[in-house]
Amino acid sequence: MKKSKLGIYSLAIGAFALAITGCGGKNETSEAPAPAASTAASKTLDPATAGEVTGSVKLDGAAPKMRTIIMAAEPACTKGHTGPVTSEEVVTGDGGALANVVVYVKSGLDGYSFPVPSTPVKIDQQGCQYHPHVAGVQVGQTIEVVNDDQTTHNIHPIPKENREWNESQPPGAAPIDKNFAREEVAIPVKCNVHPWMKAYMAVLSNPYYQVTQKDGKFNLKNLPPGTYTLVAWHELYGPSEQSVTVGPKETKAVTFTFKATAPAGD
Amino acid sequence: MDMDTAPNLNSGLHKYAVFTACSTFLLLIAGALVTSNDAGLSVPTWPLAWGSVTPPMVGGIVYEWSHRVIAASVGFLTIILAGWLFWAEKRGWMRWLGLAALGGVIAQGILGGLTVRMYQPPAVSAAHATLAQLFFSTVVAIAFFTSSWWLSNIPEMEDAGSPRVRSLTIWTFAAVFLQLILGAAFRHKGFGIIPHLIGAVIVTILVFMTAGALKRRYSNVQPLRKCARFLHMLIGVQLLLGAGAWWSRVYAARFPQPIAIMVTLTVVHTVTGALLLATTLMTTLVTYRMLRPGSVLADSSATSEQAA
Repeated sequence: MKKSKLGIYSLAIGAFALAITGCGGKNETSEAPAPAASTAASKTLDPATAGEVTGSVKLDGAAPKMRTIIMAAEPACTKGHTGPVTSEEVVTGDGGALANVVVYVKSGLDGYSFPVPSTPVKIDQQGCQYHPHVAGVQVGQTIEVVNDDQTTHNIHPIPKENREWNESQPPGAAPIDKNFAREEVAIPVKCNVHPWMKAYMAVLSNPYYQVTQKDGKFNLKNLPPGTYTLVAWHELYGPSEQSVTVGPKETKAVTFTFKATAPAGD
Repeated sequence: MDMDTAPNLNSGLHKYAVFTACSTFLLLIAGALVTSNDAGLSVPTWPLAWGSVTPPMVGGIVYEWSHRVIAASVGFLTIILAGWLFWAEKRGWMRWLGLAALGGVIAQGILGGLTVRMYQPPAVSAAHATLAQLFFSTVVAIAFFTSSWWLSNIPEMEDAGSPRVRSLTIWTFAAVFLQLILGAAFRHKGFGIIPHLIGAVIVTILVFMTAGALKRRYSNVQPLRKCARFLHMLIGVQLLLGAGAWWSRVYAARFPQPIAIMVTLTVVHTVTGALLLATTLMTTLVTYRMLRPGSVLADSSATSEQAA
């Protein structure tokens, strides 16, 4: 009887200690990248034979109307904006060109290994929005989060494959440097202080990716000859795959077309 | 209750318990506002906000920090309540109930901390939301047990009819409590809506059975009739609020941020659930206080006359 009581007390104290110290854990600044499946016999890229995949992403149909973000309650947020600010869920350019699409090589690069870029990817919080709204980053590459607003933000990525973290950044605070150890497309990022603030980070295992701008165009250069699965991922429309074979010094054109559907609730 | 052995009415203690229950209700509203505004992780540190007790009150921090401050106040009120009960109560089980409330509020604080530190896992967040309702019910029960009505000499009647009202109230209380767990699990993304909808059907049937039995069998007994009226009113309001809350969630999905109609309806639905739980608990207590197990009588009007 005494032993079982002792057990209950230990459990209670343990739970309390977890709550105090945080079993979710204060995150380390960086996470060690997951080891590659095979490091032996790494292929090297021959620039003389490298080709490229170029193309565009389009939206078929009328783009849904984006809702206005109401941020009037916080002057620090409205300060940098001259007009109404809308959600960035679907951003299109001329001729249905679709922005904020991550185009990347999903498979076909077995045997190659790629160094982690030393230049960090910058995510800026400005006008209570993330800039860029969608960012691509390589596994292990530093993400530098800065706050240019005169208000406090919290940066909270919600990954499925990587470690979750949530940190605050008051005005004028030092940049937060982080990285992700595993490939994941794409990790939603949110600010719980300003619930309209949403961004996505695509974590890739190779450097062959690009996020489209308003012209919807992409260009993946220096691809070794081979057959690849190319993916275009959009936050509302999801992934779309195509297979493409690139010969030596060849440039292949690829077009991705997403069917326009309304966001949830419309 | 035999008046010779009954504890004396301590109106100060009773009023204080009522105050604590009202404060807890305010805390439930504050907690529901945090969830509906998606502000639960706006202050990533716990218990303090970045080591401070005065964080910048902007955006979601307003909801999260207000919730923590009210929670701390209710914790403080509960310590006093438990101490007062321990010092002033003649009934041993009431002293234990006070300690249970104290244990509940401590556990609730730890769950609140865990949900922040662990990034709101559905199980922990749902447990936090469920324990909130249990704690509220406990404080309501303490307020009721210290009331002049509970301590007065009330004539007992027979629990006549089938099914027995005493059993019905217990089943209804249990069903409402389970339904609150399902609601919390849905709200914190642990389950889909289907279990909560099935729960709503079961709760509605049981509430109508209980309230109907009370109305039919004890139409002349004011406390029981009152319970039936409250149950009918609350279940009706709650069903409408539930439908409204669901519609508002679907409607709000197209907006980039929580909108007022969704926040209002989901918060009111959540706290009305707490009121329904407290009412079923009070009904159960009133029933057990007034009705003794008896033989099944076919003629229900006889019972009404007996009570009158």
